[in-house]
Amino acid sequence: MPDLLVDIQKLNKKYTLTSGMFNSKNRVVDAVNDVNLKIFKGETLGLVGESGCGKSTLARLITRLEKPSSGFISFKGENINSYNSKSLKAYRRNVQLIFQDPYSSLNPRKSAAVIIKEPLTIHHIGDRNTRSKSVLELMAKVGLSAEQANRYPHEFSGGQRQRIGIARALILRPEMIVADEPVSALDVSIQAQILNLLKDLKQDFGLTYLFVSHDLNVIRHMSDRIAVMYLGQIVELAQNHDIYDYPLHPYTQMLLAAVPSCDRQKKGKKVAIKGEARIEGARGCNFKNRCLYKLPVCEEQQPVLKDINNKRFCACHLVSAKEEE
Amino acid sequence: MPPLLEIKELITVFDTNRGRIKAVDGVSLSLQPGETLGIVGESGCGKTMLALSIMRLIPANGSIINGSIFFQGQDLLKLSAEEIRSKRGNEIAMVFQEPMTSLNPVIRIGEQIAEAIRLHQNLPAKQALALSIEQLREVGIPDPERRAQDYPHQLSGGMRQRVMVAMAMSCHPRLLLADEPTTALDVTIQAQILDLISDLKEKNNMAVILITHDLGIVAQTAENVAVMYAGKIVENSQVNEIFANPLHPYTKGLIASLPASCSNDRQEHLETIPGSVPSLYNLAAGCSFRERCSWAETLCAEQDPELREIKSGHFVACWIAQQTKKLN
Repeated sequence: MPDLLVDIQKLNKKYTLTSGMFNSKNRVVDAVNDVNLKIFKGETLGLVGESGCGKSTLARLITRLEKPSSGFISFKGENINSYNSKSLKAYRRNVQLIFQDPYSSLNPRKSAAVIIKEPLTIHHIGDRNTRSKSVLELMAKVGLSAEQANRYPHEFSGGQRQRIGIARALILRPEMIVADEPVSALDVSIQAQILNLLKDLKQDFGLTYLFVSHDLNVIRHMSDRIAVMYLGQIVELAQNHDIYDYPLHPYTQMLLAAVPSCDRQKKGKKVAIKGEARIEGARGCNFKNRCLYKLPVCEEQQPVLKDINNKRFCACHLVSAKEEE
Repeated sequence: MPPLLEIKELITVFDTNRGRIKAVDGVSLSLQPGETLGIVGESGCGKTMLALSIMRLIPANGSIINGSIFFQGQDLLKLSAEEIRSKRGNEIAMVFQEPMTSLNPVIRIGEQIAEAIRLHQNLPAKQALALSIEQLREVGIPDPERRAQDYPHQLSGGMRQRVMVAMAMSCHPRLLLADEPTTALDVTIQAQILDLISDLKEKNNMAVILITHDLGIVAQTAENVAVMYAGKIVENSQVNEIFANPLHPYTKGLIASLPASCSNDRQEHLETIPGSVPSLYNLAAGCSFRERCSWAETLCAEQDPELREIKSGHFVACWIAQQTKKLN
């Protein structure tokens, strides 16, 4: 078993929404609801789900851009929510983020070299010469040329900007990268370049990835293990090929069936997808009103993530019932 | 059968302060009644401007300087503003990418649809509203009488897109232009909307031009495909043929660069197309794809290849593909 890097236990994040000036009733949204998750050193964990399922919130909690309502996240055995500002700074050196939108995540008034160098300045690493040297080294590594160092973000294309964002995340030599939808703002032909780059960098720097995406094809290409999220909960967690070959949870099955495939043979009426997500404050399984296999127990009890055959996890009454037979 | 829509040599240009660019550069295509044509391309390739040219809705700094768009035998470019208004939303309708920005936020959705109906059918308000509720039912909105009273912000993204489809379908158009209709939506909702458009198309024998950057969507819904690059159609064929036997290096590259779904073996590295889309401001002479192309020869730098039929029903604009086919 490889080393455990991140251990998340019973993590919750609630947001309170105030609706309207005269409405005193506040709505509470469970963005992340009782999540348990482990990330091992050297793996790529893919986190997939539809918009609003809480995957970005989970990424923000892990990078400690948000504080949880309850629960623990430990990194190498230390609880990251007990960090003071000094140890938090050290933590940030180890865990870095790559953002979705390369247009809004780079400061338009700073040149590429300054943007990439900034983390070194903040963390007081090296002197002027060594900093500039490592910036140029890293730019070459991510496929940018030295002449581009003094250009500003608007002079770069989307793919090149994402390369700048990647270089900035890597300059501190972190152990883990949290990539939140790193290619969804890019065109198809550029997307492939960035995915290849991320794979190469993982090899070269011995990185661990938490790879967040809504795109099942991208997740499939990148991940070793995959966690599927639905309305704040992880509903299925398994090895890549297990998820794609034998999806257990009805939601995973539905998601996979909905992906348009270039294989024309697969065409035809797919699993009918009915209804929309959430009913506020309803009891039972979150997925019950879209599920094709609803059991009476689903109305009453929320299923928890259970070990199936000692190798994968699924939160579904139907799957657990089959398992017991 | 005469084609429903026939576009010939269409050129749409924009005058900007950095000079004139050709957003649509000599596009020709035709569409049969009831056919679904997928137009694929990356951002900035001119696919949206092509659709807006058909609707005669291009922004003020743009103009159509060449070509013709025959719709049911009539050249849309020669119609007066009055005449094109009677077609727009009536015989030709459009569904846009972002439903939130294309619906009026301060008008109830029932009335918004009724407005389109009244404009073209001259019905009393009450009857038009009844028709719009019928239309909402048609696109699968539950409890349409109550939903018609809602404002756009009260609906989810998928529901809003259904409203857009209902509005487009309200006058039973012969041609629907769907510009990235599902890009802003989740995959499960996307599948619902695509099924809905296909069902309505079958029912009304309507032709659809589906504009998208997603090859998977095209494979699932279109009968014919046109691939656009830098304002031009570079390949055009029947959908099975394009996926089984892509001829243009750009199409080949696009298909190969897709992760997973379109090629079953999970290879470590994806094929890539080097470089990025050229800026339309300083397009050099010759083929606009040549700088990213591994086949490029001297001829490609000198002359722009034309779209030629090199197999029955399979058109491609590439010197090399045209030559190798000739040799075989």
